[in-house]
Amino acid sequence: MINLVGLILFGVLAILQSTIVSRMPLLNGSADLILLFIVAWALQERVESAWQWCLIGGIFASLYSALPFGTYLVAYVIATGVARLLKRRVWKAPFLAMLAATFIGTLVVHVIAWFTRTVMGVDMPLMTILNVILLPGLLLNLLLAIPVFSLMRDMAGWLYPEELEA
Amino acid sequence: MQFIVIFLVSLGIIGLALGGYLTPISRIVVNPIVSAQTWLAQRYQAVQSLITQPEDVTTLRQKNMQLEAENSRLQVQIIELQQQVREAQLLSTLVDYERRNVENQYIAASVIARDISPFMHYVIIDRGSDDGLRKGMPVITHQGLVGSIAAVTAGAARVQLINDPGSSINVILQQSGVEAVLNGQVTGEIALDMISQNATVQPGDLVMTSGLGGNYPANIVIGQVVTVRSEAYALFQSASIQPAVDFSQLEIVLIITNFQAENISPLIPDTGNP
Repeated sequence: MINLVGLILFGVLAILQSTIVSRMPLLNGSADLILLFIVAWALQERVESAWQWCLIGGIFASLYSALPFGTYLVAYVIATGVARLLKRRVWKAPFLAMLAATFIGTLVVHVIAWFTRTVMGVDMPLMTILNVILLPGLLLNLLLAIPVFSLMRDMAGWLYPEELEA
Repeated sequence: MQFIVIFLVSLGIIGLALGGYLTPISRIVVNPIVSAQTWLAQRYQAVQSLITQPEDVTTLRQKNMQLEAENSRLQVQIIELQQQVREAQLLSTLVDYERRNVENQYIAASVIARDISPFMHYVIIDRGSDDGLRKGMPVITHQGLVGSIAAVTAGAARVQLINDPGSSINVILQQSGVEAVLNGQVTGEIALDMISQNATVQPGDLVMTSGLGGNYPANIVIGQVVTVRSEAYALFQSASIQPAVDFSQLEIVLIITNFQAENISPLIPDTGNP
């Protein structure tokens, strides 16, 4: 049931990302909705399906991108790992953890994408990428991080209701 | 006797009235009455409207809602019609292009998505192998070259735009006949490289595909030279290009279906061997 919800959610997110979000860039950078939802989900209390949702999101992202299949999957797995680590360390300040996880996750996704294209033989000047893709993308992701986290907290409360003691 | 007096008085009053002698008196008497009647009638109407107002308000609200719904429906219809007119104009332009370039066969497709990675300048179109599309087919609009098909599924295809950093096209400058290589940039711009130092390149020169390399047909418009960079110590000149196509506004594209990209890599000598 929970993974079915994830399947539908990330299917819709991938469609939104490719049809709307990608058409609204800031310079050349754009927000990464799939990353934000994966990271926000991984930071929720009681959530046990973070890795499954990461897998679903990674597969959808790989389907919608011309990057070699699995590039996004690897990046999202690392981002989820970072988020789970932060959840244990900064559990008292979840919003701070969300911002930190978004920051690191965005860096990871961009570095892996840059590395992949460089390995494929495409010239990717680092400073240009930093200025026109990474920094604008980071800004957009950080702006959306808190609303997405709040949304996912509500969803976590719905999918993993708190057990009342008798 | 009393009857006769009343009769005569009545007759006298009627006579005076018919003669017009009672008009001033009637004015004096009637005017206050009319004023009083008007005042009373207005108050009565006010009280009556106060009593019946709720019904009127409900009716008016219902009518207002109906009119608002009708207005919204008509506005949506106007937007849809405007969209249809725009699409029809675009298709008409593409048909014109097709008629002017009868040597090629075309299939029109809509751009339905963009690559989710900002590192990749690719779009997805709503036609695939079921429609006869193959990898390597050139994609254009009436304005110029868009790119080529990089991957195909049954119902959709992925198009690599010419401004993708991985795109490299052999081009020719129409005015000077100079050959060069057009490369995409990370920023989404396009630039010319490998222009000979001896070549004369001017801003405004038209850039077209040369057909060399077998990836694209010759003579498809790409854009115009904006600035030329020539440095004394460099082997080649370079130039920035203003593309003819606005890649951020791509909606409908044409795929040239009777052109198949040639793989010439077996013909390129391997420089690694002695």
